Amino acid sequence: MRILSFIIIQLFIITISYGNESKTYEILKNLRCLVCQGQTISDSNSDFALTIKEVVTEKVNEGLSRKEIYYFLSDKYGDWILFNTPLKKNSYFLWFMPYILFILGGAILYIVIKKRTEKIK
Amino acid sequence: MKKKYLVIIYSIAIFVFVVLYLSLNKNNVYTTQENIGKKISVIQLDYFDKPGEFNIQEISNFNFTLLNFWASWCGPCRKEHKYLVELSSNSNLKIIGVNFKDDKKNAMEFLKEMGNPFFILTKDPEGKKSVNFGIYGIPETILINKDLKILKKYVGPLSTKDVREIQRIVKK
Repeated sequence: MRILSFIIIQLFIITISYGNESKTYEILKNLRCLVCQGQTISDSNSDFALTIKEVVTEKVNEGLSRKEIYYFLSDKYGDWILFNTPLKKNSYFLWFMPYILFILGGAILYIVIKKRTEKIK
Repeated sequence: MKKKYLVIIYSIAIFVFVVLYLSLNKNNVYTTQENIGKKISVIQLDYFDKPGEFNIQEISNFNFTLLNFWASWCGPCRKEHKYLVELSSNSNLKIIGVNFKDDKKNAMEFLKEMGNPFFILTKDPEGKKSVNFGIYGIPETILINKDLKILKKYVGPLSTKDVREIQRIVKK
C-alpha cells in the first residue's frame, strides 16, 4: 500500500512538473527577445533572454496563467515582446485586414464570373 | 469595365506603396517609451551594503526621483556617471541606484573611483527584479515624480541633452 501511494505521488509530481515545463516552453516561444534579431526568448541565450526565462519559470511555478504572464510582460515591455499581437484598438486593422481583403476579393470574383456567364448566355 | 479594374489595381498599388513607405520611415529601434505616464511597480529592492529592503513606495517622499540601473562592468555606465554626479547636487531630485548583476567589490571600487551620486543604493544581483521596471539592458534611467508616475525613460547612457531635460523638468 505504501509503495502504491509512493508511486502515485511520484507520478503526480512528474505530471505537474512536465505540465509546467511545456507551459513555460510554450510561453517562451511566443516571447520576442528584444535585444536579438528576430529570435524568440526560447531560442536565445542572451543575458536578457536568460533573465526572462527565469522570471517566466518562476511565474509558472507560482501558478500564474498564460494570460497573466503575457499581461505582466507586455505591461513592462509593451506588446512588442509578444509574437502573437493581442486584439486591441490599434491592432484592429492588422487583425481584420486579411478578412476584409478576402471578402473584397470574393465579391470582385463573384461579380466578374457573374458578368462573364451572363455574356456567354 | 477595364477602367474599373485599372482603378482597383492602382488603388491597391498605391495602398501597398504607402504602407511600405510609412514602415520604412518608422524607427525600428526598440524602446520602452510606452511606459511613460504609467505608475512604477511597487516592489522591494535589497539594499546594496546593508541588510533590509527598500520599498519603492518610499519614492513618494521625494519630489522627483531618478532610478538608475548600472554596473561596474558596463562601459556606458562609466560614461554617464559624471552626469549622475552632476545631477546629485540638485536638491529637488534624489537618485536611487540599482546595481545590476554585479560583483559587490567591483561596484564599490567603481563608486570610490568615480564618486557616489546615489541617495539610496540598492542591488539586483540576478536582474529579475529589474524586469518589473521594463529594463532590458543597462544603463537605463527612469525619472519618477511624487505620484510614482514615470515621466521619462532613458535607455542607454545619459547625455548632456538628457541632463538638461531632467534639470528642466525637476525645476518646475
